Amino acid sequence: MPFVSVRDLKVAFDGVQVLHGIDLDIGRGEAVGLVGESGCGKSVTWLAALGLLPGKAKVSGSVTVDGQELIGASPRRIEAVRGAKIAMIFQDPSSALNPVHRVGRQICENLRLHRGLRGDAARAEAIRLMDIVGIPSANTRFDLYPHEFSGGQCQRVLIAMALAGAPDLLIADEPTTALDATIQAQILDLLSNLRRQTGMAMVFISHDLGAVSTVCDRAAVMYAGRIIEANDISQLFAAPRHPYTRGLFDAIPYLDAGRARLSLIPGTVPDPRHLPQGCAFAPRCARAGDLCRDYQPELKEQAGTGLTACFHPIPTGSASRQEVFA
Amino acid sequence: MSALLQAKGLIQQYSTAKTFLGKTSTMRAVDGINLTVREGEILGIVGESGSGKSTLGRLLLGLESPFKGKILYRGHPMPEPRTAAWRKLRAEMQLIFQDPLSALDRRLTVSAQIGEPLEIHGLAAGSERAERVAELIAKVGLRQDQAGSYPHELSGGQRQRVVIARALASNPRFLVCDEPVSALDVSIQAQVVNLLRDLQDREGLTMVFISHDLKVVRNICDRVAVMYLGRIVEEASSDALFSDPRHPYTRALVSSVPKIGAGLHGRIILQGEPPNPAARPSGCAFHPRCRFADADCAATIPELERHDGRLAACRKLRHTLRPAA
Ligand SMILES: Nc1ncnc2c1ncn2[C@@H]1O[C@H](COP(=O)(O)OP(=O)(O)OP(=O)(O)O)[C@@H](O)[C@H]1O
Ligand SMILES: Nc1ncnc2c1ncn2[C@@H]1O[C@H](COP(=O)(O)OP(=O)(O)OP(=O)(O)O)[C@@H](O)[C@H]1O
Ligand code: SF4
Ligand SMILES: [Mg+2]
Ligand SMILES: [Mg+2]
Repeated sequence: MPFVSVRDLKVAFDGVQVLHGIDLDIGRGEAVGLVGESGCGKSVTWLAALGLLPGKAKVSGSVTVDGQELIGASPRRIEAVRGAKIAMIFQDPSSALNPVHRVGRQICENLRLHRGLRGDAARAEAIRLMDIVGIPSANTRFDLYPHEFSGGQCQRVLIAMALAGAPDLLIADEPTTALDATIQAQILDLLSNLRRQTGMAMVFISHDLGAVSTVCDRAAVMYAGRIIEANDISQLFAAPRHPYTRGLFDAIPYLDAGRARLSLIPGTVPDPRHLPQGCAFAPRCARAGDLCRDYQPELKEQAGTGLTACFHPIPTGSASRQEVFA
Repeated sequence: MSALLQAKGLIQQYSTAKTFLGKTSTMRAVDGINLTVREGEILGIVGESGSGKSTLGRLLLGLESPFKGKILYRGHPMPEPRTAAWRKLRAEMQLIFQDPLSALDRRLTVSAQIGEPLEIHGLAAGSERAERVAELIAKVGLRQDQAGSYPHELSGGQRQRVVIARALASNPRFLVCDEPVSALDVSIQAQVVNLLRDLQDREGLTMVFISHDLKVVRNICDRVAVMYLGRIVEEASSDALFSDPRHPYTRALVSSVPKIGAGLHGRIILQGEPPNPAARPSGCAFHPRCRFADADCAATIPELERHDGRLAACRKLRHTLRPAA
């Protein structure tokens, strides 16, 4: 049984469905990337799994961690599993930090909750954590408030707080977007090392496809509330099969491409209240046929190339820009 | 191109909150910056997290007053914050915030957020305002059916686009974009980048573009300034900076850009502690982490000066690091 198993997870807000049945397994120590269109449900998937959505959200399906069901469980049960095993780095650093409490104290609070550390021991450990995420002179900055930190420093504090509980599963929602490339490299390095040393599993949600390819074993691509492609990192980037994945990869700017106009996917994402009858990507897809407009393609194994939900996947031999690595 | 904005000898310092021992200390977030933003250009600002980029952005917009130094906008000194002259400039100068959630009013719907600057500056009312808001919603790639949503009902990237639409509402002439696209998927990011470039081409909009995403900076910026610990260490055309970085910090930075399929190989991972503005190293602030540093570097602060027609602040560029001619 996989460590984390998500089955047919669905979420609706005010009667509008935004997640349409997510299936995903994560093994112990495995790192899985989650990428896709902004608003496709990446954050909601994990907020739902951890019982963090507002009351008006309607959630169904199953999420088990180490065999324990989280969906429909009492807040106390969820809290027990979450506290012991799971840490989440939220997408909005400022909303996850309490502006009126000193930063060091917030990290110590996590250490007390999850590891029972107090006093000097907690302080020393908090400073060590601030140190390893690259916050300069951690001991002098321990007593500062969040507004005295830059955007990227706040993000690193959140990473330190998440690591404070020594989690078995780290859900990192855009953990490195506010960081410069050198610190980012350092953090990605840190996460990879931690995984090797502690066997921590990780969900890495990011729009930075380069970062995803660096730290993940596998990745799933989402569109309009569904996973539409999933594969090993190397295969996914070498030969994307779904037309949306391909469009996404083609939109990445390249360092040596000068000021060439960026390529983008024409059209806009569908309104979740009025989804197309067939494939949700069909209105924007150059490969769409009648079948696509009438029926919903299922996520299924394509001969040796992972899972794809598409009636006309891109043939594996076709050249993509990804083969000419920038 | 003439100068739209000039910063001369800018210094900004903050004193930190009291610690439990009752101590406060001051630190320089921006430490002596001279910079010209030319009319109609997109100037990139990149550099270490915490190096003062957002602070510089706020100073350039006149949102806070510098501790020392001055800013000229169209040749005139920037008015003091919250004076009448300053208010008049607001419609013309806009900021796209790094953190969308704190930039938006939780109680206002998307359309009210975007329409607010039009109301404040008396630019459009009634059906004209509604039309302009609808047009902006489409421009940034949001759906019209999201007009009635509140910020907490949007995804991270959707919120960021509301912030962008709001900043564009008053037809600004000068825009500071602080990490405007990092929350967006690459396709929407491409759409926003192309939109900003169109605004530059068609309407001559001038921009300062702060970002950690060097691939986007490479694509959108004409010129780029690299910051390290409150100072500019290199400044060059985007082409020159990325194809041939000179300053050792810029070299490490450019080499760290994650490349798909390359893993962590080939990166110059910087050793040593990231710098602390409250305890600035002597001499060149980068010297404790620099592969080329010698005693000289620890002693004297290098000026930003020309080396083969390129602006960089490194003593080693004169000899050791001279590029092959
Ligand atoms: N509290 C809420 N009420 C109503 N709708 C919501 C709420 N939270 C999220 N949504 C909607 O659910 C959808 C999925 O949101 P989610 O935050 O998961 O997107 P995401 O994939 O994380 O996007 P991004 O990359 O922009 O962060 C979005 O269309 C969003 O508008
Ligand atoms: N209001 C403030 N009070 C005290 N210190 C501050 C304040 N604002 C910023 N700082 C400090 O000034 C330095 C520069 O911050 P700034 O936000 O300008 O950095 P940045 O280059 O934008 O970083 P990032 O890339 O992480 O956003 C940081 O060390 C920060 O801790
Ligand atoms: S199923 Fe059809 S419409 Fe959907 S992505 Fe594949 S080809 Fe395009
Ligand atoms: Mg999200
Ligand atoms: Mg900043």
